Amino acid sequence: MAAEKFPIEAGHIMMFARAVGDPNPIYHDADAAADTEPGNVIAPPTFYQASAQYDPDYFLRPKIGEPWFGSGKEPTGVPPTRTGGDGGTGLHAEQRFEYFRHVSPGETLTIKARPGKTWERQGKRGGKLTFSENITEYFDESGELVVRATGVGVRTEKVVESD
Amino acid sequence: MALQASKVQVGDTYTQKLTEDLSRTQIVQYAGASGDYNPLHSDEIFTTKVANYPTVFAHGMLTMGMTGRFVGDGRLTAYGVRFTRQVWPGDALTATAKVDAVREEDGQSLVDLSVTTVNQDGDVVVMGKATARVDP
Repeated sequence: MAAEKFPIEAGHIMMFARAVGDPNPIYHDADAAADTEPGNVIAPPTFYQASAQYDPDYFLRPKIGEPWFGSGKEPTGVPPTRTGGDGGTGLHAEQRFEYFRHVSPGETLTIKARPGKTWERQGKRGGKLTFSENITEYFDESGELVVRATGVGVRTEKVVESD
Repeated sequence: MALQASKVQVGDTYTQKLTEDLSRTQIVQYAGASGDYNPLHSDEIFTTKVANYPTVFAHGMLTMGMTGRFVGDGRLTAYGVRFTRQVWPGDALTATAKVDAVREEDGQSLVDLSVTTVNQDGDVVVMGKATARVDP
């Protein structure tokens, strides 16, 4: 599941660029951006990942009125929905982006996500590693593909420590 | 950086310090901006008591985002990394981009870069490739 629509907003881009520590004015200063090749503020290279903000079901965001697996004063005991850290973990192994165009505030992207390849490898400590690809494509309002993002997740099978 | 193909040579390297002392607050900032609120990145109690890590750690995508500073101004055509090691609060990170190739494709001049970010111990935390358009 991914967001279906991703509205590109100047404030969101500014906050994202601050968070990744990128001082390039093309991400926050419209006047400076006017003198660049794109001529506008554009989204930083990894900004597309922030489309999670617009996924109503995104499992790593607390939902109003629903239990959350992070702690309050103490751990809540709520089981993580899909995330790891408890043995059978899912981690982000790899991320790739292909850019056909860089987008600017005011655009609304349409997102199509699909599973890609799945493969297995034997881990160094004997556990099986399962890799799976997710391909997310971002289209502009005229239906042109602007960015293709490929994420690779890895899950480890919990291994009994016998040696 | 609007580089010119004639001024870029295979083997050229560019180095950029990304942070001297990665703050927990920057990790929280990234959680807020990206929307990834996984408690492993900000919730010390969950991360140490439930998930059994020594402390919270950065989103891989934060390190990828920080490393992505090399090519701005809309010149990037591809960028991909593997996450090879966790990044912890207090880490000092340095990114290096090395020119692997300068080539022409469909009438455009392109530069292929190998990108590597290391921590204060010299351990690689992300490594990958990027391709950018340069002026002919």
